[in-house]
Amino acid sequence: MKDTNQGPTPLVTYISGPVVKAKPAHLLSMNEMVEVGEDRLVGEVIGLEGETATIQVYEDTVGIKPGTRVFGQSIPLFAELGPGLIGQIFDGIQRPLDLLKEQWGDFIKRGKTSAALLRDKLWHFEPLVEKGSSVSPGMAIGQVKETEAIIHKILVPPGISGTVKDIAPDGHYTLEDKVAEVEVRPGEAKGLKMFHRWPVRQPRPYKKRFMPSIPLLTGQRVIDTFFPLAKGGTAAIPGGFGTGKTVTQHQLSKWADADIIIYIGCGERGNEMTGVLTDFPKLLDPRTQRPLIERTVLIANTSDMPVAAREASIYTGITMAEYFRDQGYDVALMADSTSRWAEALREISGRLEEMPAEEGFPAYLASRLAAFYERAGQVETLSGDRGSVSLIGAVSPPGGDFSEPVTMHTKRFVQCFWALDKELASARYFPAINYLNSYSAYVEAVSKWWQQTTSPEWRELRDKAVEILQEDAKLQNIVKLLGEEALPDDQRRIIEGAKLIKNDFLQQSAFDPVDTYCPPLKQFYLLKVIMHFIDRLQDVVMARVPLFRAMELPVVEKIHRAKYTIKGEEIEPFLQIMKETDEQIDALIEKNREPYHET
Amino acid sequence: MKPEHKSTDQSLSGPGLEFVGLSKVQGPLIVIDNIRDVGFGERVEVVTATGETRQGRVLAVSEKAAVVEVFHGTSGLDQSKTRVRFLGRPFELVVSKEEILGRIFSGLGMPIDGGPAPFQGESRNVNGLPINPVARAYPEDFIQTGISTIDGMNTLVRGQKLPIFSGSGLPHNDLAMQIVRQARILTEESGFAIIFAAMGVRHDEAEAFRKSFEESGVLNNVAMFLNLADDPAVERLIAPRVALTAAEFLAFEEGLHVLVILTDMTNYCEALREVATAKGEVPSRKGYPGYLYSDLASIYERAGRIHGRKGSVTQIPILTMPDDDITHPIPDLTGYITEGQIVLDRTLFRKGIYPPVNVLPSLSRLMSDGIGEGKTREDHKNLSSQLYAAYSKAKQVERLASIIGEEDLSPTDKKYFEFSKEFENRFVNQAKDENRSIFDTLDLGWELVMILPRSELVRVTEEEIEKYGKASHTGYQEQPDKDKGRT
Repeated sequence: MKDTNQGPTPLVTYISGPVVKAKPAHLLSMNEMVEVGEDRLVGEVIGLEGETATIQVYEDTVGIKPGTRVFGQSIPLFAELGPGLIGQIFDGIQRPLDLLKEQWGDFIKRGKTSAALLRDKLWHFEPLVEKGSSVSPGMAIGQVKETEAIIHKILVPPGISGTVKDIAPDGHYTLEDKVAEVEVRPGEAKGLKMFHRWPVRQPRPYKKRFMPSIPLLTGQRVIDTFFPLAKGGTAAIPGGFGTGKTVTQHQLSKWADADIIIYIGCGERGNEMTGVLTDFPKLLDPRTQRPLIERTVLIANTSDMPVAAREASIYTGITMAEYFRDQGYDVALMADSTSRWAEALREISGRLEEMPAEEGFPAYLASRLAAFYERAGQVETLSGDRGSVSLIGAVSPPGGDFSEPVTMHTKRFVQCFWALDKELASARYFPAINYLNSYSAYVEAVSKWWQQTTSPEWRELRDKAVEILQEDAKLQNIVKLLGEEALPDDQRRIIEGAKLIKNDFLQQSAFDPVDTYCPPLKQFYLLKVIMHFIDRLQDVVMARVPLFRAMELPVVEKIHRAKYTIKGEEIEPFLQIMKETDEQIDALIEKNREPYHET
Repeated sequence: MKPEHKSTDQSLSGPGLEFVGLSKVQGPLIVIDNIRDVGFGERVEVVTATGETRQGRVLAVSEKAAVVEVFHGTSGLDQSKTRVRFLGRPFELVVSKEEILGRIFSGLGMPIDGGPAPFQGESRNVNGLPINPVARAYPEDFIQTGISTIDGMNTLVRGQKLPIFSGSGLPHNDLAMQIVRQARILTEESGFAIIFAAMGVRHDEAEAFRKSFEESGVLNNVAMFLNLADDPAVERLIAPRVALTAAEFLAFEEGLHVLVILTDMTNYCEALREVATAKGEVPSRKGYPGYLYSDLASIYERAGRIHGRKGSVTQIPILTMPDDDITHPIPDLTGYITEGQIVLDRTLFRKGIYPPVNVLPSLSRLMSDGIGEGKTREDHKNLSSQLYAAYSKAKQVERLASIIGEEDLSPTDKKYFEFSKEFENRFVNQAKDENRSIFDTLDLGWELVMILPRSELVRVTEEEIEKYGKASHTGYQEQPDKDKGRT
């Protein structure tokens, strides 16, 4: 960072929590990054009025006095992008937490720290261009194998194009070493290092957008089969406390088939981030068989860390996501929770004495949310690659009430809505995604992929299952009043069928080693087995055999256990269950035919 | 009136800047003009015309004026004669093991047991510092409380923050005291301490806690920080922070396992609202300030374990839900920060069940890592899940029974009906001095689930039923015939 000790600096005139005012304002510009006081607390200019600049400070301001100097940094709040991101854990303004621990010990203090990316680490750089080639923004001039799973491409930063005057040969370099020189205009050359800085509030450029059409597989049946998310899509997980938002987010970050996962713990619990930090190095990515941490970047701004940095953490995260997208990767970003981010907005807005809109939130809440979700998408990168950023935001509605402003506005901007349900959660039915209130706008878009991958009947099977659940919901109203006994067998078939779908398909244990991740083929066959059984129940009802007899068949037990016992992509056991279903139901009907005729 | 300014070294609190005269007094806040060299968040001493000293804190400061919240209230403050001393440092507590344990302090950390103020140790900022998530160790040591609904279904682990959501008149204090008396770690015995912070509780409640500590012979391991109902409300904002500063010191420097009881968080939040309103802040839900979440987090997050350090801070905050409403901002935001909650229920209380824990909305988020083989027992996870599923279904059956009558229930539903009663009367219900081992709790759980037909037990495995279900003889019948009703 530039040393700005020389010359006049603005001085602090007012302090209230994270909001600081300074004069004169003409020395600062809007959104400029600043450092406050000799402790160099990081802040950002968020308002200029007359001669007064308003600054939000990302650290604790206790002890700051009027008259303290403010040092402008002449650039907006930025993120450092380059090798060294993967496997790291940063705070909301990209301070590396493990280095902070080395520097300060177990508690987070305040003030200036080392840069986000390690400067003295040597990386093995392999050039991809030659002297004399012409390069444009987004093109890879070289690459670094950052982890076993990730090749980190060294991109020409946006805004730089020209002819390569010099390129470093294959070898080991630090981030401070110049690896290329590009002549941008005759006689004017720019040196490129392996990293560059990008202002976090500004979306990174791309060539064009595609309509999302490939599912982002998560291994979670209720999501993949019922409410699928597409690569480059957006989803929200709203739910009151204790409904399993965080467990769902963790499941998605473990098993989603993205190349890179950015996980933002925004105003959440410290122990949860610790849980991720202990789990991820141990768990293996089902596709690469490498530890999950080798494809993950963590951003932790826990609820007890300064609130302004919580506001910034979302932007720091999405900027990193876009950066990996620009390298041609599919990135999934999980933000837990966007409500805490919105609350940070509200808190700052309150301190600025802005006119509040709904529930004290600022009027610009909706536009900020929209701008955030719009940074998702499947794009053609500047260099012609394909990459995507999928956004999954958790929402924590106060009192579990989905009509509150953050949930309501989020609903307008996302395509997938996975509504978590308190009642399911209190019966320990997980994932507690309510299959009636949830929706996905990508079902149509991803059907083609599913049908090619599993079977042409995928869509029909899925829609039938959804239909049974809906019919079941209607019947449950009667059951609540009269009991199941009051229903005729053809309606009880729906109830029993829905039970099978709910318990044996939708319910999925995050803690069972087999069930925690369910590959697409297994999802299809598991549903097929269940739907086949439900179909055959129709024959049982037609033959006037009491329905409960069918539910006592030994094969039912097998269906119950299938999700735990059948591993990986095995198909044979499922076909076997279907065969047994047919045999046992045929036998049951046969056995009951005679006594029926006797009466 | 022009405030004069002079430097002073005469006060007990050491050097500071002193100003005379207030330009404004409003609620708990005072404004002092023409100040200089005052920092945000500084500790303040306010000396009234009669010489009484009150404590305060800088809430906002500009070039010309400072806004100070006065913890003992502003009544009796004189606009021209009041002296205000800025101490140049934040609120601090002097920490040393010998001088804290076995003592009683005010909500601001001043001794009120007649003993001297601690002076041997270091001074610590009561606001604490956030624990670096990288430094945290994941909590996973099972604490046996001897209470079935907690141990069996909402397990408490070391370093967790697990609040009790209660209502006025419910026995939350009895439950908290029972936990304090019975809490044990199965694997090891080590030093422990109890920090008790009262915020606006009645004298008799605080006394009941003291007596309970005395009776169980732990008084020398307890430090009490008392802000009682008739103490100034604003002081409640400091009390939990002072208490947690002591707790963190004892845990992370003295290596003790510290259990912190914070009661009642509802009073704390109300004090926060009072100050926010006096400051003229924009309110969010129910008049509480928009930063209630962050503020509560700065208290609750001060629990946990740290790699390489022996001790731990486990928090049991108690809050009374206004009108028993769990969606009220106080329980709501608390539930979003804490690692679960134990919810007390008025209906169970009316049935005479103690502790009236409603397990359905209760939760322990850290449970799955604290139980299982090597910690409690291999079947714990599945059994607990089965109990949840069964009790939740049983509640639906009870609703149905209230419409169609118990007699018309299907045979299976009748079993659920029976399960529900047995569960509440035998599993939930226990005596105030009944200390059940985790194995007793689990065996009892098995006995109860075995009331249900085998086909309903989908959350436990066949092997577990064989091994544990059949062992619990009383509930299991050799040939349960589900077509028949209850015999």
